[in-house]
Amino acid sequence: MLKIKGLKVDLEEEEKSILKGVDLTVEAGRVHAIMGPNGSGKSTLSYVLSGKDGYEVTGGSATLDGADLLEMEPEERAAAGLFLAFQYPVEIPGVGNMTFLRTAVNAQRKARGEEEMSATEFLKVIRAKAKALKIDADMLKRPVNVGFSGGEKKRNEILQMAMLEPRMCILDETDSGLDVDAMKLVAEGVNALRDEGRGFLVITHYQRLLDHIKPDVVHIMADGRIVKSGGPELALEVENNGYSDILAEVA
Amino acid sequence: MALDDRKRSATEERLAAMQVPDVGCTGAARAAALERLRAMGLPQGRDEYWKFTRPDTLVQAEPPRAAVLRHDEAWMFDAVDRLRIFFVDGVYSPELSDDLSLEGVEIDRLEDVCCTHDHWAEDLYGTLEAAGQTPVERPLAALNTAFAGDGVTIRVTGRPSRPINLVYTHESETSDVFLHHVLRIEEGAEATILENGPAAARFNKCMEIDIADGGTLHHVRAQGRDHERRAVTHVFARLGRESVFKSFTLTVNGVLTRNETVIELTGDDAVAHVAGACLGDGDFHHDDTVFVTHDAVNCESRQVFKKVLRNGATGVFQGKILVKPGAQKTDGYQISQSLLLDEDSQFLAKPELEIYADDVICSHGSTSGAIDEEALFYLRARGVPEKAATDLLTLAFLAEAVDEIENEALRVDIVERLQTWLERRSG
Repeated sequence: MLKIKGLKVDLEEEEKSILKGVDLTVEAGRVHAIMGPNGSGKSTLSYVLSGKDGYEVTGGSATLDGADLLEMEPEERAAAGLFLAFQYPVEIPGVGNMTFLRTAVNAQRKARGEEEMSATEFLKVIRAKAKALKIDADMLKRPVNVGFSGGEKKRNEILQMAMLEPRMCILDETDSGLDVDAMKLVAEGVNALRDEGRGFLVITHYQRLLDHIKPDVVHIMADGRIVKSGGPELALEVENNGYSDILAEVA
Repeated sequence: MALDDRKRSATEERLAAMQVPDVGCTGAARAAALERLRAMGLPQGRDEYWKFTRPDTLVQAEPPRAAVLRHDEAWMFDAVDRLRIFFVDGVYSPELSDDLSLEGVEIDRLEDVCCTHDHWAEDLYGTLEAAGQTPVERPLAALNTAFAGDGVTIRVTGRPSRPINLVYTHESETSDVFLHHVLRIEEGAEATILENGPAAARFNKCMEIDIADGGTLHHVRAQGRDHERRAVTHVFARLGRESVFKSFTLTVNGVLTRNETVIELTGDDAVAHVAGACLGDGDFHHDDTVFVTHDAVNCESRQVFKKVLRNGATGVFQGKILVKPGAQKTDGYQISQSLLLDEDSQFLAKPELEIYADDVICSHGSTSGAIDEEALFYLRARGVPEKAATDLLTLAFLAEAVDEIENEALRVDIVERLQTWLERRSG
């Protein structure tokens, strides 16, 4: 489903090379995790895939279901089924959470040539999904992420994911800033979305999140490349020994 | 203040070509206004108060021609049941207007003020305008009091069931209009006044509002789409004890608009909110000049002005809060912000506080900024196209001002106008 081949990316302003040839394939129905030390390029990968400005692709390709992601605008990538759960969800004063979600859902539907969701239908669906994530009516009414706690922001990301029903979900350090209970709640939300037709790429520093969201494949990223891939046991190895052993091994 | 010769002769020359109209029992007030005007002179570009907005086209003998935009969409405020009073190029139109009888309110035409003995407005006409000339001179308001050709007097004694809507239509490319309205909200009475329409090629409008103890006035206006028109408007409001005045203005288009709002909080526990949202493109020039005086205890005032500017448009804000000695427990707030959608637009702001009481809370802020790129990317990453995302963020920027409109139907109507305007402009 998601195919990344030899992806090379520079920072636009600094001419600094961040990704130095990333190869990665995520199949439908599978959960891949990417772990790695700070500065290894994990977040850059998520931003480049979702279309953020400030990066220059100097080589390689990234496709979703065969379509060239790198040629698309961010909104086209979203409509094609790509979703990024942000590490730092953005606060948007003046835009109600509900309005935001409905605009997003219907913009994607429109882009795909589907019928827009009516206000009543939308309300029904969002209420059910919000309840599962313990998001109350007040949080839905408030401006997007404004005054939300760290945990609320991350739950709000998962709610967006649940509403948009993407094909390919990228979670960028969704566990950062979460306590154990909040992490469990978020993980439950993600697990509820696991499906034969959907792929996940979970980016994290720690093995903890992967106790709750069980990955099929774990990749270790370092210095802009994926240096090692394996099963869930690789995450445990990182937890027990840190990255240095693995990095020494592949060096 | 001594008038310099150039200003004096320019003023006299201009006035010599004008005729004070004989409308109602307002002759004495007009003569007094003329005297005030002669003493201060008409504004010139080098006047401090006109530093950011050139007054010449508002002052010169003939207004520049202004093309008339054909009315091709639903009237503003059509969503609400209201009593409409039409002025065509500044002249009251009985044919277009609704029947003026409405329970809880007395509406007269300015010329009728003389037909009725002891008309309540006789003593008010020009009074608040005169009081509003200190400490800052507003010569174009005095000009209006002297030369206003038409207008209405509205006395609210109860709680009329419908808002009163003053509609100003523009038919002639050279119309030069002075309108003067006088409003009195009696004790405990409450009403909503709506205003809309492009009015004239050149429009000088003055509204004097006297709100008695416990009275409430909601004022919502939309300044129209005729781009070439020039407008200077004044609102002079005097607020009694526990009274409330809430005013909101939407301005889209217009090569020149100057809206002056002068508010005097004279009774304890009064509340005055004045807000404005404007959207400007190209040679748009919009000026909000606001002066709020706290002269009583425990009053609250809010000024919320938001401007979205693009393609070289100019926005001006001159806002002042004056807290007089003894006006303790004053709660004053003032914010003026612009969203500059490109490098060519500019926002000129002069926020001022002058405080002579020691137990007050007053805050003010003024900012200029561009669209938040992080927020824009977040929206796009959720599938909202760039243009729609920019529009959504633009509306969000204006929300604090628009939210000052209490009535939901009116607020929704305003938001829809904003959306239409944004959609009409692509790219």
